[in-house]
Amino acid sequence: MSLDTTKHAAGTPDTPLPWAELGLKEDEYGRIREILGRRPTGAELAMYSVMWSEHCSYKSSKVHLKQFGEKAPENTALLVGIGENAGVVDVGQGYAVTFKVESHNHPSYIEPYQGAATGVGGIVRDILAMGARPVAVMDPLRFGAADHPDTKRVLPGVVAGIGGYGNCLGLPNIGGEVVFDPCYQGNPLVNALCVGVMKHEDIHLAKASGTGNQVILYGARTGGDGIGGVSVLASETFDSTGPAKRPAVQVGDPFQEKLLIECTLELFAEGLVTGIQDLGGAGLSCATSELASAGSGGMRVELDRVPLRDSSLSPEEILMSESQERMCAVVEPAKVARFLEICEKWDVLATVIGEVTEGDRLEITWHGEQIVDVPPRTVAHEGPVYQRPYARPEWQDALQADDAARLPRPAGGEELREQVLKLVASPNQASKAWITDQYDRFVQGNTVLAQPEDSGMVRIDEETGLGVAVATDGNGRYAKLDPYTGAQLALAESYRNVAATGARPLAVTDCLNFGSPEDPGVMWQFAEACRGLADGCRELGTPVTGGNVSLYNQTGETAVHPTPVVGVLGVIDDVARRTPMAFAEPGQLVYLLGETREELGGSAWSQVVHGHLGGLPPAVDLDREKLLADILISGSRDGMIDAAHDLSDGGLVQAVTESCLKGGNGVRLVVPDGLDPFVLLFSESAGRAVVAVPRSEELRFTDMCGARGLPATRIGVVDGDAVEVQGQFSLPLAEVREAYEATIPALLA
Amino acid sequence: MARVVVDVMLKPEILDPQGQAVQRALPRLGFGGISDVRQGKRFELELDGPADDAALARIHELAETFLANTVIEDFTVRVEETGAAGSPAETVRAVS
Repeated sequence: MSLDTTKHAAGTPDTPLPWAELGLKEDEYGRIREILGRRPTGAELAMYSVMWSEHCSYKSSKVHLKQFGEKAPENTALLVGIGENAGVVDVGQGYAVTFKVESHNHPSYIEPYQGAATGVGGIVRDILAMGARPVAVMDPLRFGAADHPDTKRVLPGVVAGIGGYGNCLGLPNIGGEVVFDPCYQGNPLVNALCVGVMKHEDIHLAKASGTGNQVILYGARTGGDGIGGVSVLASETFDSTGPAKRPAVQVGDPFQEKLLIECTLELFAEGLVTGIQDLGGAGLSCATSELASAGSGGMRVELDRVPLRDSSLSPEEILMSESQERMCAVVEPAKVARFLEICEKWDVLATVIGEVTEGDRLEITWHGEQIVDVPPRTVAHEGPVYQRPYARPEWQDALQADDAARLPRPAGGEELREQVLKLVASPNQASKAWITDQYDRFVQGNTVLAQPEDSGMVRIDEETGLGVAVATDGNGRYAKLDPYTGAQLALAESYRNVAATGARPLAVTDCLNFGSPEDPGVMWQFAEACRGLADGCRELGTPVTGGNVSLYNQTGETAVHPTPVVGVLGVIDDVARRTPMAFAEPGQLVYLLGETREELGGSAWSQVVHGHLGGLPPAVDLDREKLLADILISGSRDGMIDAAHDLSDGGLVQAVTESCLKGGNGVRLVVPDGLDPFVLLFSESAGRAVVAVPRSEELRFTDMCGARGLPATRIGVVDGDAVEVQGQFSLPLAEVREAYEATIPALLA
Repeated sequence: MARVVVDVMLKPEILDPQGQAVQRALPRLGFGGISDVRQGKRFELELDGPADDAALARIHELAETFLANTVIEDFTVRVEETGAAGSPAETVRAVS
């Protein structure tokens, strides 16, 4: 087989190329020919096809994602915004924090262990590439019905993969979510978030500048992993005909990644790195074109220098390979020797594969012959942009009209009691300890809060106690009922969760998991969710710093629920002042903050008791969320509250039960005048939290709430060993604990 | 009575971190001249009855669904002669 050089391509304009098989549309292929003024070579086609895939180019989502920048609130804490490997936020005392959430949905369905493991590896390298030391990970997960046999295949594999990779790296897994819904049956959502810490001056960017600077590829050798993974795996739906185009699954090596982390941090510390990029989706195609595109000059790469695991790989395959644990750095010539020395010390293979050039082209050669000659921007940043048609689905009105208010409600205390037990034992509400116990939550010794707390919190400075808190939330059921409100509810819940622990919310990362953008109904959901999230972030003053879009999450024609997962990062001056969720002391007064309305649409109660999804999700009041957050943060800082827990799915009774079980204490609740006990217990009105106030602080706390205009209702006291609602029912703690803790092990262990 | 051996190996294109770790250790221990190491798993199944076609078909099925993860692994099934005859092991089926 002869090499398809650029010269050869220019002379053979009519050679047919497999552009359709690589996922390109006819007009996209036409545009490539137009850009190059000739047909692309095989290698060029490989690069364009992966980089112009939905996963890399955001071609369907771009027009809607723009709002995150346009509507971004003024925020002096933002040091690096959207567009880099991850956003960076100033958290004070000279520290900066970077964080980002990404999806690894499709690979995790095919090969749960490796799919989830390499998802962790990928996001960790993104954080590392910003110059930060990764300090914690979190995993928001969604699976099919908990009792479906395939869930038993996918979930344990995913959990073991996350635990295996993260634990080997020595990174604490401090939170996340696990949600079950039949809509995720053939398409689980495996999202991974990583947080990293650095000093302001350590921020690194992905750009290749300085003519003559050397391009160094370091880390693992390149093999046939995930070739076409980006275009094939992430951008096509699975159908019943099976994975005919199944590419080689990427297998991660966490010990190699650990070396890569330590090696890279040492390279940063010695100031040897001018620009850096991790290799993830689209591998070298992405790293070289993005580095060159963001820099001032061009780049020349000798592809035959890339160390291979499998010598039979073609240049096209090397460009598309998604072998894990690789990084690409731009280094001044005088620093190359020291760079290689450090790599050798860490037993990390490093190879100079090219250099930054004066021109504005990305040129790649194979044994001296040119196989790629492209303007890098056209590959990396100027891919196709689609204005996909979108339309509110016809079924949306009927779904919203099917109000949950019509559902039969429990009559009397006994039935309430039964439904409470049923709720806390349902897979979505039950304890996820069986899952999170497989993750190392406390390694490194800086974790101060982890699952099941409202948010994970890690200390970043031992002297001052400065810390960061991160929460992730998303509710596909709400978003299905109303994607605009659903996205804001995810944001509000995550924001509230951070504030509940006493940290001040600063910034947002999002993972937008949706179905096929070619379906106008899905596209409408996506557009609405983006609009809702951008509007919400503006009002809350928390900018989106980056994230990820995952489309084509569907089985056949059926899309998953629109699932925007929102991660919020907050800062706390001293982690010693954090607020835990446990009702730890008998005698603490239980206050409900916020207003409870009759809001049952999309609620856990409607799902668990009636298998129902309809009506409207709870209303959002972002001013109220801000006020609630202020009160929670002040209460924490000034020692006015001993415990706080956010109210979300499952409502008050779920939150109170969790706080009781965590603290090993019961609670006696009194239904306030004018409230229906059922509504009090099960409604999911947003903007609420439950707090435990020490008696000595009651007056000070209620004065503060009164002065700020936040409704605070005393609903009971921590006492005894039962969850008791006066005049309704009493549930012994032991019985609730059994219901809450037995479900997941029974289904999956 | 028969013994059936199922060998499970990572597919050639799949990264094998364990094999690589072994390979990296070899020169340190003074064993030169080995260019690649791949590590796999070997299962020995003792049958109650003879290793006839029906039994092998069943083992093939159990290997495919349980012993090997065919997304990333290949396997072979062969009958190991237990008698004194010492005839070479015969590869019955290979799946890739």
